[in-house]
Amino acid sequence: MEEKAKVQAGLQNQFYVDSEKLSDSVLKKKHELEQNPASRTNYMEYEEGMERINSDIMEKVLHEMEHYHYEEYTEADVRQALAKDRCSIEDFKALLSPAAQPYLEEMAAKAKQETSKHFGNTVYMFTPLYLANYCENYCVYCGFNCYNDISRKQLTKEEIEKEMKIIADSGMEEILLLTGESRVKSSIEYIGEACKTAKKYFRNIGLEIYPVNSDEYRYLHECGADYVTVFQETYHGDKYETLHLMGHKRVFPYRFEAQERALMGGMRGVAFSALLGLADFRKDALATALHAYYLQRKYPYAEYSLSCPRLRPIINNNKINPLDVHESQLCQILCAYRIFLPFVGITVSSRETKQFRDGIVKIAATKVSAGVSTGIGDHESKYTGQEEGEAGDEQFEIADDRSFGQMYQELSEEGLQPVMNDYVYVRR
Amino acid sequence: MEKKDTFLLGEKEFSSRFILGSGKYSMKLIEAAVKNAEAQMITLAVRRMNTNQQENIIDYIPEDVTLLPNTSGARDAKEAVYIAKMAREIGCGNFVKVEIMRDSKYLLPDNTETVKATEMLVKEGFVVLPYMYPDLYTARDLANAGAAAVMPLASPIGSNKGLATKDFIQILIDEIDLPIIVDAGIGKPSEACAAMEMGAAAIMANTALATAGDIPAMAEAFKHAIIAGRNAYLAGLGRVLERGAQASDPLTGFLRD
Repeated sequence: MEEKAKVQAGLQNQFYVDSEKLSDSVLKKKHELEQNPASRTNYMEYEEGMERINSDIMEKVLHEMEHYHYEEYTEADVRQALAKDRCSIEDFKALLSPAAQPYLEEMAAKAKQETSKHFGNTVYMFTPLYLANYCENYCVYCGFNCYNDISRKQLTKEEIEKEMKIIADSGMEEILLLTGESRVKSSIEYIGEACKTAKKYFRNIGLEIYPVNSDEYRYLHECGADYVTVFQETYHGDKYETLHLMGHKRVFPYRFEAQERALMGGMRGVAFSALLGLADFRKDALATALHAYYLQRKYPYAEYSLSCPRLRPIINNNKINPLDVHESQLCQILCAYRIFLPFVGITVSSRETKQFRDGIVKIAATKVSAGVSTGIGDHESKYTGQEEGEAGDEQFEIADDRSFGQMYQELSEEGLQPVMNDYVYVRR
Repeated sequence: MEKKDTFLLGEKEFSSRFILGSGKYSMKLIEAAVKNAEAQMITLAVRRMNTNQQENIIDYIPEDVTLLPNTSGARDAKEAVYIAKMAREIGCGNFVKVEIMRDSKYLLPDNTETVKATEMLVKEGFVVLPYMYPDLYTARDLANAGAAAVMPLASPIGSNKGLATKDFIQILIDEIDLPIIVDAGIGKPSEACAAMEMGAAAIMANTALATAGDIPAMAEAFKHAIIAGRNAYLAGLGRVLERGAQASDPLTGFLRD
């Protein structure tokens, strides 16, 4: 099918949006990138300054993904996988396949059992803090992309401290610091200073920033960060290439190896994800879990967690959606993750609705965000109702806007144990 | 007067042989579990106590119960010492359960680092209870390092698989002159009872309670099972014949002197 027909049939998202504010020459470059693959760089080639490490994990993950033919798995394979004590890679593939869909309830029961063995009834809570939304990448599905006409902002040191104080006062003890991917605007030093400030207010500091070299991860660890999240978005190289048209994020292998460099830099834990809805979700889910699986075999002492974001509408493009990844597919993926990797954390973000999050924390998820803003510098207005100054625009629309207090209370009422911190920072 | 059946950890005497875990269930249930279990000691992770959370786990623990902070999150001896000192600083007392894991998947204890940490912590004045994989040489090293007890695992933590390492735990009970506290993997009261019959000094359980339908009721069931096993051990178990009945005519009946 032609691209246009796919979009019309709802099989593909229409990502390209031209802002009126872009000059003719910029528009020309944008269109050239979108339409002419030859105008784009080789996405498998490292750029200057990007560290190369000795690792065979990418090769292993991609090999498994490429040879995964999920339509070949039968209900018998699924039943066998569910009957087993230990879930092999083959069993996991069966659980991710369409043949497993009628077994969702059984999968949920097994997943629930595993979650309770490893985590009891605890649910960890955190909140993200966006430091800046400047970005040098052109990733077609993202609200922060450099061609998208949004209000840009970067928090100053004082603003960071103010936001952190507001968040900490709410009771939150774990924070995830995010930036758009601009090394120029949000330098390592800038992020490092934010970590040092965060250390005054929080017990656990995670980073979701552009991938960096292992010595830079080490520096950020020394500043107080201990967990690194990098979303590969999609593990399908060919698809990746058509979505990340410009900027350092275009370099697929450097991004893939970010978690390993973070562990080399002394971070305690790393998180992974594909952005579901960008490509074949079954293959992406397989690759995400295997990425964690193989890395755990190489770095067994580290902590691992998986996220499961689905595509959401962004500013200037409200039609973006996760295509064929409906809630039951997402639930299937999460149950399969839990059964295959019972020990990993699973985070469900506020991209999902209250109803879905309330249901999935009882089955497989172990961490939820609350009091979320994906904009820049707007915690005060969100938390206290006071408007002050200009805020930067949001990366995507959230679906569950419950505050920390609300979330805490509702989780408790469901018989779950909300945990603010289960973590000690030890410098490596 | 009948002598009370107690055991010593450091200089402290305990009559309850059930040590509760606390990490996997709601705080409100901790109070009920401690009461029903008649527990005198409860473990809790320093990493979980490292919080400003209004509902702190520590507030739910009755005052007469001894805290056994654990060092989970430590990846080597040095980190375990750091975490143990943190526990002392936040007022958890002198007891510490050394937990050093370098595998996030199975959470198996690292015996080598555990011995090192025990040596260091004993020198710092802690009453050290090391969680370990049941290995005789390690247990001897821990005893020599000054551990107050040895805590071998019954099966992988959280697995509820029972006494998978039964024979090796028995060797520790027979050979080590310290209380042997069976920790991790005990899923059912019957398994706790079996470990006590073997001569274990105490049982520690967490997941078995956390995954039960009624946590306080299960705590009570464990209490009874542990008492039953202990009483059986003290009473001296009768013989259990492994292969069929014994011939009534003695094999050595032909001997004439």
